[in-house]
Amino acid sequence: MARVVVDVMPKPEILDPQGKAVLGALPRLGFSGVTDVRQGKRFELELEGEPSEELLDQARRMAQTLLSNPVIEDFHVTLVDS
Amino acid sequence: MRVGVVTFPGSLDDVDAARAVRLAGHESVALWHGDHDLQGVDAVILPGGFSYGDYLRCGAISRFAPVMTEVVAGAQRGLPVLGICNGFQILCESHLLPGALIRNDHRKFVCRDQRLRLDNTDTVWTSAYSPGAEITVVLKNGEGAFVADQETLDRLEGEGRVVARYLGGNPNGSLHDIAGIANDAGNVVGLMPHPEHAVEDLCGPGIDGLGFFTSLLETVEGRVGAS
Repeated sequence: MARVVVDVMPKPEILDPQGKAVLGALPRLGFSGVTDVRQGKRFELELEGEPSEELLDQARRMAQTLLSNPVIEDFHVTLVDS
Repeated sequence: MRVGVVTFPGSLDDVDAARAVRLAGHESVALWHGDHDLQGVDAVILPGGFSYGDYLRCGAISRFAPVMTEVVAGAQRGLPVLGICNGFQILCESHLLPGALIRNDHRKFVCRDQRLRLDNTDTVWTSAYSPGAEITVVLKNGEGAFVADQETLDRLEGEGRVVARYLGGNPNGSLHDIAGIANDAGNVVGLMPHPEHAVEDLCGPGIDGLGFFTSLLETVEGRVGAS
């Protein structure tokens, strides 16, 4: 088995209202000095087979097709030790 | 005309859309998300709602519903397709329309009567309106802000593909006040506000929305007659 993590983040130029909401809430809780918050998604995929470049490619295709919307989001695929 | 209205799990406005279709003089045909079948309809409406619970992203999972394979193929052949609200989101996720719809910039759900200006009345869904017509329909969305990169926006503006624009203030942060757009052929239109909720005086802000459904008659039957 291989574990692949896909991180999906809104593109820098796309407004992130959820991140803005978190940014607004932090000072109210006494956390000062936070200048920006961006909120994204993390997917943990368990894939059959040994870790390989091929598996990573498969995960990239999943990220491209379903897990992210390339119009508004960037993604990053990482193989992790499971 | 036979106009199909797709029901996804979580669709809300399929019944209203079907009623608007009938009030405009068409036959409404119920289409099911799980079928690879458009039942030979002459046009398709993807209604509003929260298909698949808006999980992942609005419209992201609906895009891969079996019926969407047929809708995408039909749209590419010229089949008229109207996506309203969640339907607009599905059309963007399906790449039948450019851009994407993200959370309202003020983060609140909006539900109100909304004035619009129709900037493109050459599409099969807007031909019943006079150019520049101002109408009032219902707007209700949480993720209705239309975004696209500058190149896409320039192309939409340059080709006159912005179908409707918000008037009286931007309700959700949509770039260029965009409420609706069309594909380059004009057969696919996505609209964030709900014309199907403005088709009867008894409920809703008037009947300004009916034109989206009567437009079909003029354009599509006109073309059938001419061919």
